[in-house]
Amino acid sequence: MSLLTLRRNFFNVHVITTTKIYRENCLRWYIGDLASYDFIPKKYRHLSATNKFTMFCEKAVELIRELHRMGDGQLPAFNEDGIRQVLEEMKALYEQNQTDVNEAKTEGKSELIPSIKFRHSCLLRNQRCIAAYLYDRLLRIRALRWEYGSVLPTTIRFHMCAEEMEWFNQYKKSLATYMRSIGGEEGLDITQDMKPPKSLYIEVRCLKDHGEFEIDDGTVILLKKNSQHFLPRWKCEQLIRQGVLEHVIS
Amino acid sequence: MSFIPVIKSEFPASLLQSSESHDHSDADLIQSLVFQAWLNEKFSPELMENKSELVECVMEQLTHMEENLQRVRKGDVKASVHRMEIDRIRFVLSSYLRSRLQKIERFFPHVLEKEKSRADGDPSFLSPEEFAFAKEFLANTEVYLRNVALKHMPPNLQSIDMLKAVPEPCLDSFVFLRVKERQENILVEPETDEQREYVVDLDKGSQHLMRYRTIAPLVASGAVQLI
Repeated sequence: MSLLTLRRNFFNVHVITTTKIYRENCLRWYIGDLASYDFIPKKYRHLSATNKFTMFCEKAVELIRELHRMGDGQLPAFNEDGIRQVLEEMKALYEQNQTDVNEAKTEGKSELIPSIKFRHSCLLRNQRCIAAYLYDRLLRIRALRWEYGSVLPTTIRFHMCAEEMEWFNQYKKSLATYMRSIGGEEGLDITQDMKPPKSLYIEVRCLKDHGEFEIDDGTVILLKKNSQHFLPRWKCEQLIRQGVLEHVIS
Repeated sequence: MSFIPVIKSEFPASLLQSSESHDHSDADLIQSLVFQAWLNEKFSPELMENKSELVECVMEQLTHMEENLQRVRKGDVKASVHRMEIDRIRFVLSSYLRSRLQKIERFFPHVLEKEKSRADGDPSFLSPEEFAFAKEFLANTEVYLRNVALKHMPPNLQSIDMLKAVPEPCLDSFVFLRVKERQENILVEPETDEQREYVVDLDKGSQHLMRYRTIAPLVASGAVQLI
């Protein structure tokens, strides 16, 4: 029975591999480098035929890298294809394991056990990567509620899958119920007042036509594109966040 | 952060007093308590004790102040300063509730577990509404993960242990604090083979930078204030 070797990788998950598979995988990587040189030992020529080095769980890590690349809380399009590929890989690994487990049990082939353990580790890693991908997207979607309000711009909505929209709607509802229950009377909208109040009135410029706008003492202001007004701060916050008004700092 | 104290002496007393005649000093006390709770909640890595009575008091105060403001003559300068005061209090309250909600969302399995396993006499960390919110958040997230990925996975991998998957709050993070009541013999580092135990006395009014875990009970009791 070949010795087990432990290899630490990217997310600090121990991947138990047999020496043979480990050696093959390492060699593939090494040969990928060597392919730029001319010398490849004869017995490894067959491995250099593939340009792309494929290992288990690579697609899953690619999903994570995709999210990591989009910094600043932006939400990229839902990579349905990527998830499907990872799920298919998991299915294949599981089925291989099933047959191996049966063989090991009935024919007593204990040398299959290391590869069974290896595949199980890959399955766990895939599950963890998918969960991390989906959960990180949820956190970004949650941040959208606090930034844009209840109605999301259509460009963002296209990047979300149906289940994510459902999660968002449920989250909105939970948040609204909580906010209404604050203090025991009408509640408090805590998505307002995001910044400490510095001044009472602020200078704003209108970015698009918004029609008539009433302020506290009853006067009505016509918000036409490019018009500038000196308005109470608390009235404008919502409109500034929606992009209708722009705070002018002179 | 410096808070410019509102020049309360300039206001007619009627503006700040509600019909149930809260005293000036009562209002001040409640406001300072809210500021302290707000700062503690903001700088602490874990969820602090629930202060729903305080929140209710402040909400009451705010509604009374708004009502009083309606009765004032429009265009009066005092009204705008008063309006500023309302905005400031509302901001502090919103910020306080926001940081609580953020922590609940970030640590939702641990928060729920803590609430479930606490004894009847212990103080509660979640108000009933926050508890409902946390439970809904957990259910929502689980349903989402199950429908998108978990139900398509092999049978032995169709569940995720949330307590293990979601990281716990880091109680070893460092916080700034100001001492309000003198403390003696605070254990900073326990005695091990390599070092003697490191113990400090905290003098009233002094400011320190320490690991949160060391002074967590003092924050809860009000002996120190996080800054």
